[in-house]
Amino acid sequence: MPQKNINSTSSTASSTADQRVITYAQAGVEGVREEMLRNPDIFYIGQGIGPRGGNFQQSRGLWQEFGQARVRDTPIAERAQAGFGVGAALAGSHPIVDIVFMDFTLEAMGEIVQQASTIHYISNGRFKVPLMVRAAGGGIRSTGPHHSHTFWSFFAHIPGLKVVVPSTPYDVKGLIKTALRDENPIMFLEHKGLYGTKGHVPEEEYLIPFGEANVIRSGEDVTVVTLGKMVQRSLDAAEELQRNGISAEVIDLRTLVPLDKEAILKSITKTGRLVVVDEAYASCGISAEVAAIVAFEAIDQLDAPVVRICTLPTPHSFSPSTDSYLVPSVVRIVAEVSDLMKKKI
Amino acid sequence: MKRSSTAKNGSKLKQDKKIVLALYRKMVLIREFEMKAKEIFHSGKMPGFIHIYVGEEAVAAGVCAQLHQDDYVASTHRGHGHALAKGVAPRDAMAELMGVVTGCSGGRGGTMHLYDPEVGFLGSNGVVPPGILIAAGAGLSAQLRGTSQVAVAFFGDGGSNNGAFHEGLNLAAAWDLPVVFVCENNFYATEMPFSETTKNTNVASRAKAYGIPGIQVDGNDVMAVYEKAGEAIQRAREGGGPTLIECVTYRWFGHHAGDPGVSYRTKEEVAEWKERDPIGKLRNDSIAARLATETDFQRIDEEIKDVIEESADFALASPLEADSTALDHVFYSPAE
Ligand SMILES: Cc1ncc(C[n+]2csc(CCOP(=O)(O)OP(=O)(O)O)c2C)c(N)n1
Ligand SMILES: [Mg+2]
Repeated sequence: MPQKNINSTSSTASSTADQRVITYAQAGVEGVREEMLRNPDIFYIGQGIGPRGGNFQQSRGLWQEFGQARVRDTPIAERAQAGFGVGAALAGSHPIVDIVFMDFTLEAMGEIVQQASTIHYISNGRFKVPLMVRAAGGGIRSTGPHHSHTFWSFFAHIPGLKVVVPSTPYDVKGLIKTALRDENPIMFLEHKGLYGTKGHVPEEEYLIPFGEANVIRSGEDVTVVTLGKMVQRSLDAAEELQRNGISAEVIDLRTLVPLDKEAILKSITKTGRLVVVDEAYASCGISAEVAAIVAFEAIDQLDAPVVRICTLPTPHSFSPSTDSYLVPSVVRIVAEVSDLMKKKI
Repeated sequence: MKRSSTAKNGSKLKQDKKIVLALYRKMVLIREFEMKAKEIFHSGKMPGFIHIYVGEEAVAAGVCAQLHQDDYVASTHRGHGHALAKGVAPRDAMAELMGVVTGCSGGRGGTMHLYDPEVGFLGSNGVVPPGILIAAGAGLSAQLRGTSQVAVAFFGDGGSNNGAFHEGLNLAAAWDLPVVFVCENNFYATEMPFSETTKNTNVASRAKAYGIPGIQVDGNDVMAVYEKAGEAIQRAREGGGPTLIECVTYRWFGHHAGDPGVSYRTKEEVAEWKERDPIGKLRNDSIAARLATETDFQRIDEEIKDVIEESADFALASPLEADSTALDHVFYSPAE
């Protein structure tokens, strides 16, 4: 059953008449709150995440409920946030380090990549690093070159980090809870443009396992693999394509590490065509990884070349027109998928 | 900073014999461990490269003697001394330097990644100087868990000029974390004199900028280090927040075992600091103060020689990790 809007319903939730609808940001708060109640070792640090409740309301009410000890505002010191997180994790706590803007994870890159990701392995399993780094990426309304990045591929490149990119309120809650029960370093990478979107989120507890992509719309002719904010755009494009007689299957990866190869390969076997839509750049990105997996493991299933629809390779422009031109749009997805349908190998 | 800053924080040697001998034992253990590691390195049997701590033993020994087993230490690239002083077994450390499976990190970490959760050793480190942040984070954890544990970060003069120093000290101070920041000022970062990269070479004076106590101590006087570290650790344990301690010291050898360490330092300078050997000083001072005898020290020397020989034999006889396990432990899983 194709679904029009992922934010008003969820493929994994049952659809009853009185479904509770909350935002993507509220779903995150609810997940964190439940886990903080459950596990006293969890604490939360970041800039503006205390009394103010976060730039995007992503920690709203946590400071008021859990107090200053467990929910602390930090100075503008991303490196210290991440480094303190590593040290606290080694000492037995379970920190949430909210960097807020994904762009500023760069300031903490050494701590995340050189320390957090390596220590379990290089200590031969003697230490573990239960640390969740939370950050939101993506462009919204001309956030410009320093506030629009989607760096998930950097992190997915690094052994020892798990990378989560939720696209719906339902997934945010289920995945953030799983992240906080996983005692590895986790990059929990949300999207600024999704925080205000609404969807059904059950009040009761549920977990979404890592490594299970969501086949969010089933189709026969072409597989569209996507993530984050591009999931909704891909679904909108699929609607449009349907009107033109093209049936697209849309797969939301949900986690990049671990990556659900099986879901991708299964779909390709059915459709024979692969499109990857990613708000990050194409070069060396997750789109390249997905294409490579299909090339290695299912090239004989492909009826046409692989297409990648990604943000064009420039810095993010402030200009409203240019900004929307650079990032994949529904129009571009429809056009490129339609073109692909005419091609054969 | 003057290179003869002994007097001000000079110790009075009022401590009892037990402490003197314990500090002596630790320093000799570190010295002999390093000399043996250097020997094995130059024989060509040791993989990688090592940073030798000889000359600076009083800092690690003096500070760590004030710590409990469940306190934390985060260390540096020159970290063998810190590991041994915190209680990592010499044979486990030596094996790790050899990259063999019996090492404290199973041979995967090596010299710059010694880890031991049993004694709160949060790693030597290949990067300069994230140990500052890691120790502060461990301190934060202790504060949140409501324990009286303390964390110590060691770092060099070079490390003190890195941004992590500022971010770490500022935030640890703001949150009154139970952390002691120990700068080992040996005047050089690789071949670079501290005074060439630094306007204010008095590291301890920077503490004022963070609103915490800062003290400079003769890092070759183990009793002075022991005393000053004791005060800072006690303060941290009681909720009084962090302290910055600058230990003025010197490395006898090059930056790493392959660096002769002479092109950028005069022979006279090196000789002058060898004269101020921290081990010799404790020995002479204690004998003069009639706290211990030559025989006491000789007995320890003999004991340590055996420990080091045994550690080296153990490390040299141990096998490398099998390829079949090389992919283990990328991720933690509860089944482990
Ligand atoms: C971030 C980073 N930059 C550069 C290096 C290379 N490096 C290793 S040790 C060192 C010098 C460190 O000097 P100092 O902190 O004074 O310690 P010391 O070697 O004197 O004990 C340098 C530059 C590194 N390991 N990490
Ligand atoms: Mg130095």
